[in-house]
Amino acid sequence: MAGEPTRAPVEGPARHRAGVLELRDVTKRYSRDGRAAVDHLSLTVPAGEVCVLIGPSGCGKTTALKMINRLIEPSEGEILIDGHSVRERNPSKLRREIGYVIQQVGLLPHLTVSANVATVPRLLGWEKERTRVRVRELLELVGLDPDEFSGRYPAQLSGGQQQRVGLARALAGDPPVMLMDEPFSAVDPITRERLQNDFLRLHRAVAKTVVFVTHDIDEAVKMGDRIALMREGHLVQYATPAELLAQPADDFVADFVGADRALKSLSLTRVEEITLIPAPLVHVGEPALDARARIDRGEMVPITDHVLVVTEDDRPLDWLPVGRLDDLEQIPPSAPGGAEPVIDQVTTLRDALSALFEANAAYGPVVDDQGRCVGLIGAPEISAGFRRAAGVSTVEVPPSTPATLDAGTGGGGG
Amino acid sequence: MAELVKWSWVENNLDDIQQASIEHLQLVGAAMGIAIAVSIPIAILVRRRRIPYIAVNTVSGALYTIPSLAMFAFLLSWFGIGFEPAVIALAVYCLQLIIRNTVVGLRGVSGPVQEAARGMGLTRRQRLLKVELPLALPAIFAGIRLAVVSTVGIATIAVYIGAGGLGVLIVNDGIQRGLFVTPILVGAVIATVMALVFDFLLVLLERALTPWQRARAGTA
Repeated sequence: MAGEPTRAPVEGPARHRAGVLELRDVTKRYSRDGRAAVDHLSLTVPAGEVCVLIGPSGCGKTTALKMINRLIEPSEGEILIDGHSVRERNPSKLRREIGYVIQQVGLLPHLTVSANVATVPRLLGWEKERTRVRVRELLELVGLDPDEFSGRYPAQLSGGQQQRVGLARALAGDPPVMLMDEPFSAVDPITRERLQNDFLRLHRAVAKTVVFVTHDIDEAVKMGDRIALMREGHLVQYATPAELLAQPADDFVADFVGADRALKSLSLTRVEEITLIPAPLVHVGEPALDARARIDRGEMVPITDHVLVVTEDDRPLDWLPVGRLDDLEQIPPSAPGGAEPVIDQVTTLRDALSALFEANAAYGPVVDDQGRCVGLIGAPEISAGFRRAAGVSTVEVPPSTPATLDAGTGGGGG
Repeated sequence: MAELVKWSWVENNLDDIQQASIEHLQLVGAAMGIAIAVSIPIAILVRRRRIPYIAVNTVSGALYTIPSLAMFAFLLSWFGIGFEPAVIALAVYCLQLIIRNTVVGLRGVSGPVQEAARGMGLTRRQRLLKVELPLALPAIFAGIRLAVVSTVGIATIAVYIGAGGLGVLIVNDGIQRGLFVTPILVGAVIATVMALVFDFLLVLLERALTPWQRARAGTA
């Protein structure tokens, strides 16, 4: 549906509409003879795609973004959503149809979480019941339990939770276009990665046309379907992340992207796109003999002599040395955390590799959106997956590679 | 030492005491009502304009510093004696406190909150009514509470222009009868209690109107 702008009011979380966004020769001058903050910027964002505006500070990316919802008025040029100029719209009404997420979130501190999310539906005059249902859906969509969070005030939320509410609020009116101004820059790196992953997942569910401003090239490569690199008000290159990394238009782009382009290319592939190692799962409470038998029959292959203890619904808990199976009656329960790093399958290979290094682990369990383990990943899989994705003929990974990581520490779970 | 309070006087003058108290409440109530009705719109008008705010602040500040007896005497020459000039004088004293606090409160709404409100499509008017004013409430209440407490005190002087109130007890029954202590004490105690009760009621009202404030304190 992403390719077709839809305006039919379909109920339920699956309903979404996305619009084609087009900037034509958009220019912003703050003084008559001064340098233009944005200079004849032209670009088209197809419906349902994420366009990342990036560039050094002062390049005009935020100005460009704010001209779309008319927080800043362009001096020249046209901005069209589904072919209609934003100039013809009343600014307040226009903004109700454009989701807006900013770095500092800007939740209304005197309103509860649900009232914050309900802001735009109320402005649009939705019926109470429709708004109530929509608010609950959206809170669930952004990973906040409506029963727990609806009645809270912004001051009672963490930074990450606030930005989740900010996202839900921006989506509430089912806008065809969303503008996000460095939305994940103000949170710590771990929270940022989670928010990025959750946003990517969310974007699959509600494919909005998104303009996303960032100064972080890694974030741009990870989040963008297309990247618009700007410099001094000009568009320098508008390309997919893969093109930008493979064929930088000029030295400026190459410089901006950085010398480690190959490493950055790891961000082009997601964990779910590569072949994982089947995880040797043993469930809490399972008789140890059964687990042993599965190994002996070759149904389960331990990894560096360990199996992964998971809950009944396959959530990773901890690693267990195979040798202990002989001493145990059944698999004992253990606290989660021993199997770090647990890697989200929508994350990029780069983030996965970084997580492995950080935890000093050879392998990490990969989980789906429900937290269920779907396989294991290690540096060899990342390397092989990356080569395949990059179109390089698959090269056997030398067997020495895993030794560069300390299998004992990772496998033993500390 | 003679008896400080002559209870017999209190018993014999209960009607007068009640009358004076009611008049005092009316004076304070009317003055506060007018002051709030005038100050908040002024504060809204000047909140984003530097020069007009300085002008308003200077004028209301100058008015605030006029000695109250002089103010009453001055208004007496224009409006004659009675309730109205007293209420006007009392209201004038409140302007500075309420305008200043309201402007501070309105200006205190953070940049990101303003930007988000604009970005979501709230009109100027909606931003004022649904965002800025609610968020300024704690500051507005701070101004009103200060104003009420001082007004209850100053209103005792209104008796000099024939506006009645607790000043009747303090001035007419007390001071002018050779410093008869009992009515002076009765008037002062009632005024003090009245000020405290007003303050307490305003605290309750503020708490009811700003539930988010407690949420913040609860997690701090």
